[in-house]
Amino acid sequence: MNAGERLTDANFPAHPEKATLEGKNKFLGFWLFLGGETVLFATLFGTYLGLRKMHLDGPSGEELFSLPLVFLATMLLLTSSLTSVYAVLSLKQNKVRSLQGWFIVTLLLGLGFLGLEIYEFIHYVHEGHTFTSSAFGSAFYSLVGFHGAHVLFGILWISTLLARNWNRGITLANAPKYYLFALYWHFVDVVWVFIFTVVYLMGKVG
Amino acid sequence: MATHESHKKRSGLMDWLTTVDHKKIGILYLLAGGFFFLIGGLEAILMRIQLMEPDSKIFTGELYNQLLTMHGTTMIFLAAMPIIFGFMNAILPLQIGARDVAFPYVNAVGFWLFFFGGLLLNLSWFLGGAPEAGWTAYAPLSTVAEDTGVDFYVLGLQIAGAGTLAGGINFLVTVINMRAPGMTFMRMPLFTWASFVTSGLILFAFPALTVGFFLLMFERVFDANFFNPDMGGNVLIWEHIFWIFGHPEVYILILPAFGIISEVVSTFSSKRLFGYSAMVFATVLIGFLGFMVWVHHMFTVGLGPVANSIFAVATMAIAIPTGVKIFNWIFTMWGGQIRFTTAMLFAVGFIPTFVMGGVTGVMLSVPAADYQYHDSYFVVAHFHYVIVGGLILGLFSGLYYWYPRMFNRVLNETLGKINFWLFFIGFHLTFFPQHWLGLMGMPRRVYTYMSGQQLDGSNFVSTIGAILMGLGTIVLLINIVISASAKHAATKDPWDGRTLEWAMPVPTPEYNFAQTPLVRGLDPLYVEKTAGNGEMTPAEPVGEIHMPNGSILPFFLSLGMFVAGFGFIYANWIVAIVGLGGVLVTMFLRSVIDDHGYHIHKKEVEADIKGGRA
Repeated sequence: MNAGERLTDANFPAHPEKATLEGKNKFLGFWLFLGGETVLFATLFGTYLGLRKMHLDGPSGEELFSLPLVFLATMLLLTSSLTSVYAVLSLKQNKVRSLQGWFIVTLLLGLGFLGLEIYEFIHYVHEGHTFTSSAFGSAFYSLVGFHGAHVLFGILWISTLLARNWNRGITLANAPKYYLFALYWHFVDVVWVFIFTVVYLMGKVG
Repeated sequence: MATHESHKKRSGLMDWLTTVDHKKIGILYLLAGGFFFLIGGLEAILMRIQLMEPDSKIFTGELYNQLLTMHGTTMIFLAAMPIIFGFMNAILPLQIGARDVAFPYVNAVGFWLFFFGGLLLNLSWFLGGAPEAGWTAYAPLSTVAEDTGVDFYVLGLQIAGAGTLAGGINFLVTVINMRAPGMTFMRMPLFTWASFVTSGLILFAFPALTVGFFLLMFERVFDANFFNPDMGGNVLIWEHIFWIFGHPEVYILILPAFGIISEVVSTFSSKRLFGYSAMVFATVLIGFLGFMVWVHHMFTVGLGPVANSIFAVATMAIAIPTGVKIFNWIFTMWGGQIRFTTAMLFAVGFIPTFVMGGVTGVMLSVPAADYQYHDSYFVVAHFHYVIVGGLILGLFSGLYYWYPRMFNRVLNETLGKINFWLFFIGFHLTFFPQHWLGLMGMPRRVYTYMSGQQLDGSNFVSTIGAILMGLGTIVLLINIVISASAKHAATKDPWDGRTLEWAMPVPTPEYNFAQTPLVRGLDPLYVEKTAGNGEMTPAEPVGEIHMPNGSILPFFLSLGMFVAGFGFIYANWIVAIVGLGGVLVTMFLRSVIDDHGYHIHKKEVEADIKGGRA
């Protein structure tokens, strides 16, 4: 069967994302890539933990952080992870329109999160907390900014993926791509859970 | 290589720029790595010329600092690693009976990123001076340097490092998913095992360096304050991040050499490797412990006796699996029918040399003693014994061993032996006296010394040795030229090989195996030879073979990174955005253009088999 051919309910495999060798390779390779990404964020977390008290004359994390806003952002991102799960469920049932719908909801929630983050950063800059104001500022914007850049990349990725495959149904070629995006999105979400804990909650309680 | 009517082939330069064939990418890695090896070697010889006599004034001050920084950086990132990747690309898929690597396109991206990263770094020589903060680029030395040298270092290595990470993931997936039927993990050749573990180390070590480079770049280009104590920063963060990467890096380098030595010793002793499973276990254990020891580079920083002791014990523990390997190589030779070819000479020379580097390593792992050795020529002697005496001798051995498979020509054995003896004697002359120099107090990285301190004689000998190593390398180049002009192609199995890379004709068909081989034991080709078959038993009938299409996009993606690198170095945001935009465009094109590759028809494969080409 041609990998680009639209799958029907009759010939739909149990795991379309891993039905070809290429799919299997992508699946494993992407898990390994996320392993490397874990080290990347761990290094950023380590740097942040070493420098988070070094705010000098500028405002401290305790003074800056507003938990209601961060809580809202967290809820948006956690919900977007759930909707991407629904998209993957649709993928496994060969329901392409439902898959597209859930991924669009995921995309919109991601945009909402990004909007809140940009608003938050602008607010902090006005409070005197900038990238160059102190070691705390550099470490904060690097860690949270790297995560934000990952969200942005994910948004560009899923937009391209959806647009390119809009009328092509689910195929053995695009099923691994949808699946990998969902993996990536969960990873970005998990990193945010750690940021919420290490940066914001620990920032609030000292 | 045979052209197939089912697929139009590009020719000449375009073929090399667009190739996704792991065998050709292996050659590209080897050529580019070899080129940087010559540059790094030249830098070393220039340093040794400066240190030949006391109070010498040939290459002093800033220029000397640039030479030493570029020598270390070039040799580690742009010579040793790419040459290792060259062998991994050329040999690993053949050893496991695979037609291809898991991600041929990503593999090409990895090569071109390395190539353009290395090019960017070396262009610094012509654009305001090379970096001068040492290969470790310690802050604040690296953050306060005012010229653009360190910017070239940080951007060039960042780009090359991204390529290395891509290569590492590719080999991990290739080994896990692409092994031929019967090629279980515990039947994989040791070189494949070592490359597999090395790829795992790359995956978990390089992202730390990526972050380190980002922080250093932010500090220099965007005025961040990670390492600036006046603004609350801490210089130790750089040291930790660098060595959390840096120590696994030395095992990334040496493990593939261990793998090569295991192959060569076994083949030229005509015996299976002694203690195969212990060798595999030792390789994995060394890889694991490699992440637990980074603080031994920082004993004198003052982290306290508890931290120093824990890391000292972990460091000493690595001597145990390494010792297992040494004994197993010796026991492999014991009672074997040894053939002293050039490859075997390098392997046999490797064993005692590497042991000497290991012994000084255990000496350095004692924190109390390290306070004496730290930053002296003793350390220089130690790491050159393990990297040159270990890795580079291993790479020479691998080059002579696999040259017929990669280039269809056998290197001349007489010239090879001259190469070995010049290099081997030169190596010991260069670095053995440096042990005494260090113990007598000569600091590393300093461009001169005064006469009358008993340092003159040893330094002079050291320089003579370096020149001998250079001569040995020139003999190798002559050997390559002679072999290239030789009329006779290599036979497919010149060494009476034991593993799968010797199972197909030369030149290697582009699909490697016309029929995927059935692996029936450790050293599969040897198993078939002793069973009287002489060649591999196929695991499948002759059929269509799926191949990936070549692509120019990896070249342009890496070119985009190269351009963006210049933008960041000179803080020219338009150039940076153009470069990064180019990267995004190539990624976009790759994802929207469907490319399912092509098939080689069954009758073409049959014709190749009939013609002896597959």
